[in-house]
Amino acid sequence: MTDGIPAAPGTEKWFREGPDGFALLAGRCTSCGALSFPPRTIPGCPDPDCEGLEQNPEPLSTSGTLWSYTDAHYAPPPPYPRPPDAEFSPYALAAVELTAERMIILGQVAPDVPNEALRVGMIMELTPGTLVSSTGVEERVWNWRPADHFEDSGADVEAYSAYSSASEEASA
Amino acid sequence: MSRTDSVAVAGVGMHPWGAWGRPFVEYGLVAARAALADAGVGWRDVQLVVGGETIRNGYPGFVAGSALSQALGWQGAPVASCYAACATGAQALATARAHILAGLADVVLVVGADATPKGFFAPVGGDRPDDPDWLRFRLLGATNPAYFGLYARRRMALRGSTEVDFAAVKVKNARAGSLNPNARFRAEVDTETVLKSPMVSDPLRLLQICATSDGAAAVVLTSEEYARRLNKDAVRIRAISAPTPTYPRTVPDFPYLASDSLAAAAPAARGFRESLAHAAYEAAGLGPQEMDLAEVYDLTTAMELDWYEEIGLCAPGEAEKLLHDGATALGGRIPVNPSGGLSSFGEAIPAQAIAQVCELTWQLRGAAGARQVAGARAGVAVNQGLFGHGSAIVMGRA
Repeated sequence: MTDGIPAAPGTEKWFREGPDGFALLAGRCTSCGALSFPPRTIPGCPDPDCEGLEQNPEPLSTSGTLWSYTDAHYAPPPPYPRPPDAEFSPYALAAVELTAERMIILGQVAPDVPNEALRVGMIMELTPGTLVSSTGVEERVWNWRPADHFEDSGADVEAYSAYSSASEEASA
Repeated sequence: MSRTDSVAVAGVGMHPWGAWGRPFVEYGLVAARAALADAGVGWRDVQLVVGGETIRNGYPGFVAGSALSQALGWQGAPVASCYAACATGAQALATARAHILAGLADVVLVVGADATPKGFFAPVGGDRPDDPDWLRFRLLGATNPAYFGLYARRRMALRGSTEVDFAAVKVKNARAGSLNPNARFRAEVDTETVLKSPMVSDPLRLLQICATSDGAAAVVLTSEEYARRLNKDAVRIRAISAPTPTYPRTVPDFPYLASDSLAAAAPAARGFRESLAHAAYEAAGLGPQEMDLAEVYDLTTAMELDWYEEIGLCAPGEAEKLLHDGATALGGRIPVNPSGGLSSFGEAIPAQAIAQVCELTWQLRGAAGARQVAGARAGVAVNQGLFGHGSAIVMGRA
């Protein structure tokens, strides 16, 4: 599915939309298989022992565990977009460790998810997001949001039972 | 490492930190003249000037070594200018040290000065989508405090740290800073004040994040032989390390948007931040147990606790205990940030790592006044900044 919103500047090759679903695109080294996100724009490989120069785009898995999170109580400076006459909208940021690739990727949290609903270790999934540019134009980005059916991965920390009560409060 | 790999700190000087609103060159001049006077070295005797770059004016070549040399009056000595984000000052010191150890210079003046705007640090202007620093602001609104918030929350989840633990770092550092005439913030604060300060990036509040400041620091480094001629007995730099990260990176260090994948490649035994002090200890032939004090880059209160573990002052997970036992306070077993740290100074980027060396020098000379660490013989300074920069410096008495 695609709603025709153009990718935010610089991210034209960072994700795919369409019938196979929304996914971030890494670059995979054609020599050694090393992954890069964002995909490299300059030929080369992140592995210092690999001389590979080419990368093929490859969709990353779309779920992982919440490595950490924070939020923004003050408006960041430009180039963060601020649409004309718009009030600053606070937002949360998530760092999610993809389960399959074991790679931590930052992203804004979907705007309907309050910071209080987040707990380190919870399962998160990728979802399309929208930024509004300083000239009022919608731009496609990626967001993270808690998976519909919360389960603790047990990957690195204790269970966070507070999640369910927090999300109940948030939706109240 | 043999003794001949040491260089002498002949003189140090600072311009007090603050929000003075004057040109950075003015601060740099004050610091440079103070360091030269402290060393007993004339400006014309300086054989190399190394400047730490400020990015404020957009012209790196204009703002550092040459700007300071011109301000002091051109006397012909070559200049070098360094930029390594928060490690800028350490890279400048490393450049000076390398010249001395190679026999290319006997007397080097190292200066870092900055005049910083109020508010969040922001990337250079224009549309620059090939710059990760631009991208993190443009796409995510990920300010420096946002990254710090991520690291602090991670620590809380892994180690069980609380806001109260973080606040105790601020209380400790404010107390030390109140004794330092070069610090910008000299009022003591209590836990309640910290916990009532405005939230910036959850879980970090305003008083748990370092401010941005104006300030300058300078050091005169000399060869061992020149130091003997000056009759300067005191302090030596034993090692400076500034390694870069190794692939695969395990943490999304700022300003990057992702870590590397660990699915196919195993990370090194030590993470980037752990590797900084480790490399300096190895080069100096000294270990954390031989340190009497440490200056660590407390961009946040939470980050100071991370450093305790990463520079080997305690085992992972024991930083809060070390803090609450009073070990890292003035009068404790291993005082950390006896200067008051970034908490009391605010960050003047190109000056900050040099300021750490100024503090270690005063402490190792026994000249730190009311904040003196009794009997200090060795100390370590560490920092970390954007773009994979970081450094550690080990110093000791001659």
